[in-house]
Amino acid sequence: MPIDYLPILVMVVVVIAFAAIALTFSALTGPRRPNPSKLSPYESGMPPFGSARRRISIKYYLTAVLFILFDIEIIFFYPWAVLFRQLQLFGLIEMAVFVIVLLVGYVYIWKKGGFDWD
Amino acid sequence: MDLIVFYLFATLAVIAALGVVALRNPVHAALCLAVVFISLAALYVLLSAPFVAAAQVMIYAGAILILFVFVIMLLSPGVDQGAGALKWQRPLAAVFGLALAVELILVLASAVLPAARGQYTPERLAQIGDVQAIGALLFTDFLLPFEITSLLLLVAMVGVIVLAKKRVRS
Repeated sequence: MPIDYLPILVMVVVVIAFAAIALTFSALTGPRRPNPSKLSPYESGMPPFGSARRRISIKYYLTAVLFILFDIEIIFFYPWAVLFRQLQLFGLIEMAVFVIVLLVGYVYIWKKGGFDWD
Repeated sequence: MDLIVFYLFATLAVIAALGVVALRNPVHAALCLAVVFISLAALYVLLSAPFVAAAQVMIYAGAILILFVFVIMLLSPGVDQGAGALKWQRPLAAVFGLALAVELILVLASAVLPAARGQYTPERLAQIGDVQAIGALLFTDFLLPFEITSLLLLVAMVGVIVLAKKRVRS
């Protein structure tokens, strides 16, 4: 029932209000005495160098796509687990077929070194 | 009450979708896309389909959007200045967009859109549970599409290895 999701809506409203109030009050009431080290992006940290918009390695893309694929796989497990007792042996076999096909892909990725960083 | 929430999230989704198209900074566009996905999840909740809503948040807002952000980081396109468009792109886009708008208005004005109604009404869904309803169909009537999904995922796995993995010389 949609009404059961009211707490989530309340939480969203509270989060937005909290962020707005915290930012507004600290901007209005806080003293403003800037000095160079306070204005640096990381106070008492390493000064940043180069542009943050540089290109990243394609290796991260591999990780992201593999995450999505197994994420989609997991979403099918949920209704299957709920219905496991009704489906009985038939359900076990059909999920086994599903998983074995994906296991072939898993072994392929492994053998191709998809899980190695270099 | 439901209608108010529907209009709230539908408006949010449309505004955010316009933002995805119109914003010049790709990171801002991706953020707007997240708002679209989450608004759609709220609409699914209103349609008594909380499982679809959870899947929407997990798969789309969680995983697909990460892929979008990764592609933005891989290509680092910077902020689009609007330059580099093809010469005839703007007038052609205006003509085709207008044609599509007229077509949509004509169709929507003349026809009554029948709401798709299956055997699963909100009351029935509340009784048996939407996960059970989806699972009962997915693992019996739609068993073949479900198994083919695994092949689709397998193709994607092979594809990403072929495209993104450096071949190891042995």
